[in-house]
Amino acid sequence: MYTERNRKNLYDDKIFSSCAIFGMINLKGERFTSKEPVRAVSCMRERGNGLGGGFAIYGIYPDFKDTYAFHVMYMNTRAKKRVERFLTRNFRILLSEEIPTENSDVILDPPIFWRYFLEPLPPRLKDERADGDEYVVNKVMKINAKIRGAYVLSSGKDMGVFKGVGFPEDLAEFFRLDEYKGYIWICHARFPTNTPGWWEGAHPFNILDWSVAHNGELSSYGTNRRYLEMHGYKCTMHTDTEVIAYAFDLLVRRHKIPVELAAKVLAPPYWEEIDAMEPRKRLMFMALRQVYRSLMMNGPFSVVVAHHGELIGLTDRKKLRPLVMGVEDNVLYISSEEAAIRFISPNLDKIMRPSCGEIIIGRLERSRVMEIPTFTRMVQIK
Amino acid sequence: MRSHLLPEYIVERDYTKCTRCKVCIKQCTYGVHYYNAVKDTIESKSERCVNCLRCVVFCPKEAITIKRNLNNYRENYYWTQETITSIKRQAETGSAILTGMGCDKPYPVYWDKLLLNACQVTNPPIDPIREPIEIRTYLGRKPTRIELEINSGDISLKTDLAPNLCVEAPILFAAMSYGALNLNVHEALVRAAIECGTYFNCGEGGLHSNLRKYGNHIIVQVASGRFGVDLEYLNAGAAIEIKIGQGAKPGIGGHLPGEKVSEDIAMVRMIPAGTDALSPAPHHDIYSIEDLRQLIYALKEATEYMKPVSVKIAAVHNSAAIASGIARAGADIIVIDGFRGSTGAAPRVIRDNVGIPIELALASVDQRLREEGIRDEVSIIASGGIRSSADVVKAIALGADAVYIGTAALVAMGCTLCQRCYTGKCPWGIATSNPEIAKRLNSADAYRRVVNFMRAWSIEIKEMLGAMGIDSIESLRGNREQLRGVGLTERELRILGVKIAGE
Amino acid sequence: MSDILNMSETSEYTEHVIVKDNRAIINAEGLHYRQLNALLRALSARGIKTIEIHNIYGQRYIGTGLKGTLDIKVYGIPGNDLAAFMNGQRIFVYGNAQDGCGNTMNDGLIVIYGSVGDVAGYAMRGGKIFIRDDAGFRVGVHMKEYRDKKPIIVIGGKTGDFLGEYMAGGIILVLNLRGKEHSMRFVGVGMHGGVIYVRGKAKHVGKEAKIADVNENDLHLIEGLLKEFSEYFNQDVNVKKIMECKFTKIVPFSHKPYGKLYG
Repeated sequence: MYTERNRKNLYDDKIFSSCAIFGMINLKGERFTSKEPVRAVSCMRERGNGLGGGFAIYGIYPDFKDTYAFHVMYMNTRAKKRVERFLTRNFRILLSEEIPTENSDVILDPPIFWRYFLEPLPPRLKDERADGDEYVVNKVMKINAKIRGAYVLSSGKDMGVFKGVGFPEDLAEFFRLDEYKGYIWICHARFPTNTPGWWEGAHPFNILDWSVAHNGELSSYGTNRRYLEMHGYKCTMHTDTEVIAYAFDLLVRRHKIPVELAAKVLAPPYWEEIDAMEPRKRLMFMALRQVYRSLMMNGPFSVVVAHHGELIGLTDRKKLRPLVMGVEDNVLYISSEEAAIRFISPNLDKIMRPSCGEIIIGRLERSRVMEIPTFTRMVQIK
Repeated sequence: MRSHLLPEYIVERDYTKCTRCKVCIKQCTYGVHYYNAVKDTIESKSERCVNCLRCVVFCPKEAITIKRNLNNYRENYYWTQETITSIKRQAETGSAILTGMGCDKPYPVYWDKLLLNACQVTNPPIDPIREPIEIRTYLGRKPTRIELEINSGDISLKTDLAPNLCVEAPILFAAMSYGALNLNVHEALVRAAIECGTYFNCGEGGLHSNLRKYGNHIIVQVASGRFGVDLEYLNAGAAIEIKIGQGAKPGIGGHLPGEKVSEDIAMVRMIPAGTDALSPAPHHDIYSIEDLRQLIYALKEATEYMKPVSVKIAAVHNSAAIASGIARAGADIIVIDGFRGSTGAAPRVIRDNVGIPIELALASVDQRLREEGIRDEVSIIASGGIRSSADVVKAIALGADAVYIGTAALVAMGCTLCQRCYTGKCPWGIATSNPEIAKRLNSADAYRRVVNFMRAWSIEIKEMLGAMGIDSIESLRGNREQLRGVGLTERELRILGVKIAGE
Repeated sequence: MSDILNMSETSEYTEHVIVKDNRAIINAEGLHYRQLNALLRALSARGIKTIEIHNIYGQRYIGTGLKGTLDIKVYGIPGNDLAAFMNGQRIFVYGNAQDGCGNTMNDGLIVIYGSVGDVAGYAMRGGKIFIRDDAGFRVGVHMKEYRDKKPIIVIGGKTGDFLGEYMAGGIILVLNLRGKEHSMRFVGVGMHGGVIYVRGKAKHVGKEAKIADVNENDLHLIEGLLKEFSEYFNQDVNVKKIMECKFTKIVPFSHKPYGKLYG
């Protein structure tokens, strides 16, 4: 039933995504099972239509913590052969195996899912004068753009993305997620507006260890995409959410902008607010907005973003999409609907709705804590 | 030599309405109407009429109608009226035929083949009347990234930012020189620029001392004649523009005839009164791209790097490569002027046959700069026949940071595009330095008209942005996704980077 | 989820419902909103006058499509569009509600012992909503009056941006009882009817609205609503002290705010 789509970049279609998003982090880094995240996202079943769902889980490969875990989806075996040849040339493959799945009546005609634990080959690294992360990003972009029928779903260390066409609860069963434990889970239930389901179009989108689940649609997609392409990111997934993941990678990893300010790039203050700031702050926000104006995200969005050590929630500056956060003991929850949080945690310590453009960050206790800049509006749980 | 030419227009007067108030005689600068004392009527020399419609507008009784002369040559799709007339005129005069304003020939108009998106269901349209839509933009050089200094809870900017122009709407007033236009018009445009939060480009004729106080809202131009260019002039404006060419007459120079060089114009241009003011085709110190770089940095040194430097080129065949060179030569802003741009005077054959449409040039320049990874370092201003707020929005979606408008601003003030600017007899008091005629243009009135239409366009731009679900102009810049083409070929769609409607 | 079931008999759901006299208690666990709402309608048709719902997690449209008098007490978190199009019933939520509370409500009463999400009271035409804590963005968008119907929303805490956007009638009262500095922006944008009262200042007001003087009638109205509010929430609300505070009154400039824009 799956049909390969025409790859011509100029004619790629933008697939809309509306939906439910959910994220959970144990701030002590203690890993937990799929039970609660899956229950939470199933509570919001009404927001999806069964044509997409997915999970990104952090901390699932403790034995391979320092290697890059590639989750790759193949539409046919030829694609697999080509990718494996490519990987052999560029990486040391410590382990290559099929991602275990369960036969399912509801997940129809799935592609092949494979995972590889990789280390960049030192001589290649030296040749390309790149560090490991940059090297991996280049290779992932190459595979997604050049090898038909193959898509790298995730490429971070000690984490993985599992996604596809189906309700998230059904996909959780399909991917046997009850066998994994992670300290961050982000989930997504999708309501795409075209059929048949496009496996690659499901969320979360990922590059290195940045994963994004998004509710909304980016009217700025054309602008964001062309800017990111200028910086070497290839947008191949025909879905606007892809640009959010790459934007975080560019801003935070490459350009070393603190994540709180990266959020202010995506949802910047209005010019009249910037004009009213005190001079030093004004200069900085003007610079940020001018230099990164093509990364401003327009259109309704609520996103849940994760990378090792942090779970982040953010809405657009008019708050056109819902987002709620809750805290109980050491766990931070971020969700499209409050009901989903209460469903799994009836005794919350705190529940809060962020304001427009306000960032929520759940930061792991033992990670390097950067002092909170006093002027950004954000909520941090220590 | 007996002239074989026929009048283009015939003046018809309804004598039942005409009260012989003689307003038409007073208003016409071409000497068309005259009073026949013997018959006590007003008569007209139709052969002088240029269809400027000044007398029609001002006649209190609506007694005048200007008609196209029914005496036409036989219908001929190929040998048109204009073609035949031009040859006959040249046979009589031996000169190149001059004209004014922009190309009026039926070449394809790409603006009219591009349509805009609107949000339905999957994204809410935004209502500009109630919700904020930001159309402010900054023009100039920007760094690719910024460096921050982080010190226990305090973050500040480490990178130095280059100077930028801040425009409250992405529309600036195009370069129209003092000499082509008179001081009243310049004053009206500068004051309108201040009111609208934008800039006026004073053109290559220098900057009149009366207007120096408005320097913060003026872009000064350095053209090949270097008229009025000294240190004080360079530092007087908010930015400096090197004019390499203009869309209406790419590759040829400019010529203000000595008769139009009045005392005042001569003073501002710093040349002797009554002499011709000639602008050569090239800057004679720019014969190659490295020369341009040299001039750019000379200007930056002269202004201590405090003003953005812009380079204006006409849209020609390899605009993309040229623009890339200009960006690398150190320009902060690149202005591309399409072939529909207007002029005070140009040979008609150049105006109508040289240069390419701005839509295609803009799309290819934007794409090329992106391919080279340098698009965001410079700003691009598109110009050359921007007729409406829809053209502005489409230009930005194709990749421009802002647009320059010239013709539209003049039309707002009164211009009816009769194309006779080169005669210096503009009856609306705009393209003339004759003080008797120039005083017809009331500066305050002209200012009010320009401010009004700018306000109207701003409202319309916000409506279109809101319909697309975009609340800030940055998210439209280069966002070709928001455009669709109709009636375009595959190749045209590809150059424009736009899909066909329905996809 | 299968198609809607024939709910003329409630016997299929006996394990979810306990009925006593004219009261019913529903355990909503495992029920889809279609089943739950069908149950509410069936019970109401049978003459039940009070229904308690427990274990509710996000089921939507509670209170929609009901007839006659009915009190519904919700223990838990109802889903989006609570009391959408409601026409005269009363709903009490002991907890927070989500987005769309009172959407296009025609008549009735909603009392929330907590906060609500965004877009509460959208296009509300009549009835009252009392919210003990905070409300989100776009509260009371296009609220309107019609003949003797006048919708009212009273919020004990504060709201987000775009309060009363496009308001055409009715009353919104923001008490800001916890006294924190509020940052409500774009209050009353597009307003062309109705009135908004905010305890304290309201700085960022839309250009279609203006700040007007509070008169005796206004204070009388506010006091009345404040008393009603304190009765529901049993809060230690010192009515007298609060009435001594300054209130900001926001009203539209005109009923035709956009005359000059188009021509």
